[in-house]
Amino acid sequence: VLNFKYRGSPLIPEMATQEVQLNETLAHLKTESETLKSKLEEERAKLHDVELHQVAEKVEGLGQFVMKTRRTLKGHGNKVLCMDWCKDKRRIVSSSQDGKVIVWDAFTTNKEHAVTMPCTWVMACAYAPSGCAVACGGLDNKCSVYPLSLDKNENLAAKKKSVAMHTNYLSACSFTNSDMQILTSSGDGTCALWDVESGQLLQSFHGHAADVLCLDLAPSETGNTFVSGGCDKKANVWDMRSGQCIQSFETHESDINSVRYYPSGDAFASGSDDATCRLYDLRADREVAIYSKESIIFGVSSVDFSLSGRLLFGGYNDYTINVWDVLKGTRVSILFGHENRVSTLRVSPDGTAFSTGSWDHTLRVCDDCYFLSNLTTLQPRVTFLVTSCNVCCFSLFFFFLSDLGLRMRTQRMKW
Amino acid sequence: MLPKGRDIIDWLIQKYNVSEEESLHVGGMLVKYGYIYPLKEPRSLVLRPDESPYRFQVSRSSPIQYVYLDTIYLAKKNIRKQGELMEYEKERYSVLHKRINHTWDFVVMQAREQLRASKQRRKADRIVLECQEQAYWLINRPPPGVHNVLDVGLERPNNFSARVTLVSGFIAFIYFLFVKYSEQYLNHDPIMQGCLPSNPWISDDTAHWTMNADMVPTPTRLRVERWSFSFMELLEDSMGRREFMTYLEKEFSAENLCFWQACEDVRHGESSRIVEKVEDIYKNFLAPGAARWVNIDSKTMDKTLEGIRHPHRFVMDDAQMHIYFLMKKDSYPRYLKSDLYKNMLAKAIVPQETKKSVFPFMRRQRHSSPSPAQAATQAEDGQAKGAGQADIDRIFVITEINRRTQLRCLS
Repeated sequence: VLNFKYRGSPLIPEMATQEVQLNETLAHLKTESETLKSKLEEERAKLHDVELHQVAEKVEGLGQFVMKTRRTLKGHGNKVLCMDWCKDKRRIVSSSQDGKVIVWDAFTTNKEHAVTMPCTWVMACAYAPSGCAVACGGLDNKCSVYPLSLDKNENLAAKKKSVAMHTNYLSACSFTNSDMQILTSSGDGTCALWDVESGQLLQSFHGHAADVLCLDLAPSETGNTFVSGGCDKKANVWDMRSGQCIQSFETHESDINSVRYYPSGDAFASGSDDATCRLYDLRADREVAIYSKESIIFGVSSVDFSLSGRLLFGGYNDYTINVWDVLKGTRVSILFGHENRVSTLRVSPDGTAFSTGSWDHTLRVCDDCYFLSNLTTLQPRVTFLVTSCNVCCFSLFFFFLSDLGLRMRTQRMKW
Repeated sequence: MLPKGRDIIDWLIQKYNVSEEESLHVGGMLVKYGYIYPLKEPRSLVLRPDESPYRFQVSRSSPIQYVYLDTIYLAKKNIRKQGELMEYEKERYSVLHKRINHTWDFVVMQAREQLRASKQRRKADRIVLECQEQAYWLINRPPPGVHNVLDVGLERPNNFSARVTLVSGFIAFIYFLFVKYSEQYLNHDPIMQGCLPSNPWISDDTAHWTMNADMVPTPTRLRVERWSFSFMELLEDSMGRREFMTYLEKEFSAENLCFWQACEDVRHGESSRIVEKVEDIYKNFLAPGAARWVNIDSKTMDKTLEGIRHPHRFVMDDAQMHIYFLMKKDSYPRYLKSDLYKNMLAKAIVPQETKKSVFPFMRRQRHSSPSPAQAATQAEDGQAKGAGQADIDRIFVITEINRRTQLRCLS
């Protein structure tokens, strides 16, 4: 298993003693800051009388959901690492470890385009808002844009446009409101905003102390902020115009693999290697909920909300998908199906389904199984159907028998 | 147990083994710096060695919360006094307004909620809270001419009786907003409630997508209802935007929406065309005597005109925000009450739920749809003069709707 995450700098012998001293001071400062932090949390907790699930007590419970796979997309030859939906609500772009980027019509499961990147581990891919291009990147430290041509003879790779350049792997990318700008995050600890046309760097965002693993753009009215999560356990909210970090949240206990805004834009969820998903509110400037269970011990790779924000979907490294009730904090469903870890998960733009990509080389499009809820309406029909079938069968059987009997009698008479 | 001024002084004398004079001095500093606040005459931050009651102050919140609390406090005062704020308060209020413009509704909602809740409290609790607030802001935002003692300390966990703090009510209200949001959007969430006529992924029938396409003669009821949830919902739906434009044309204020769209184009468009687009905007919307002149306040106008001399991607931001909020506060609520919207809502269709097939295991044929890349290519081909090689610029195509609306604006 390839592990890119930054752990520490290599020691140069001559600087060993200095390094040790520095480490000691750092360790001391760290313990002090931890103590202060826990004191602050104590004081905060005193003010924090009420929890989200308490306020949501009067809200109707959800009962058990049954999720079902509706489509399985097979075609990648290796681990699927990332995927994104097209705005047309049915097309998907996905990227994998072997460098392949495929555009699917997930509804028909047909592959429409395929590109082979010059590098392996394509960890990031995104669909352009117009639906006319895709962006992807990974170990090549770049983010490239491929316009989607419908000419079968045309080689998509020939039209490739290199946009972003980082000094370490590309972990995530996203178009902003148009095809003209791309936001990227990288293992070099920074995020950056690029102009697609010229490849120019418009703004860079410094503040993470380690690899940045994920990002998401805010759906707010002013559309000027985004959130990023990294190996330093921090989730930072940035102003795209100024490059400033305007808010920071550090309550996770391990790397943050995925961040996603709540549909209203006032909060965001995060998924981490510490096996929890958390909800942070931007106005309250704090964590407002933790979604965890003792039985879940594997990290979360990817999270997304349903359209109303009531459900939070999480793809886990133990091959499962857990569905959480955002308001009450309970888990309402667990979905098995993938045969290796779930690496990416996105809800479709109109919220009709969600798609997951996995290290088992497949992508799945899943949904709520309405069978159970509609069982009552179906039952009378089923009974009627079964009875009528039985009646038909028996009558046919008797008819056949009598016909046979008739024939045999006729035959005997012939003799 | 409410400590009286006399009690505090006695306590200080005992604790620090000092004289009365020194204890008065130290105690006075505690009040001045906000650790303790008086319940009688809250505007006079003095420690009185008598029976006057005092209370310990609550913890200060994080910087972001602080901004919100400040704004909410001023909003409450504004509502209560019907706009009669002191000059320095008015200034501060308008600065804050600009800073958290995008969540202004939330602030006003919270202010109203707090005023309503306070009316229901016991008189004693209400007085305490008011004094607490007043003292807090007196120190944190002193009126001009008053010595500013910044950096209020945090400590002094206080009264266990009336757990009324500035912050926890605020947090409970935020949670309440989460509940409200999910309730509002519940029927629009296909995974939660299903969708009509059927979920395409389950029934293999794309009718749901066809009925909700960008350009349909009659939209669905859910779609039209959604336009009333927020101004952003209306603008994000191309059909909603078109309807709103029709309404604004009747009101002779269509230039506002055109201006907003042109600014969006600058913000999200190609870098190479920024200068050209900004010039167009100036010519059409900002220049004196312009054909579609927009009404912006003089301060923003001056600032924008200054910025236009050296145009960049964000130069129109202030003006755009001003017009956006103008439309949101003024035209949008009127549109929702208008006949145009009501008629649209009345004739909107509610699709029939597809009957479950008797043999659910039989699969319908899944039809493919034209790729968006193809649609864009055709649009471009329609425009392109000479035959040319497929160009990278082809992908930078404005959608059909925007183009049409822009043409409408500039005609």
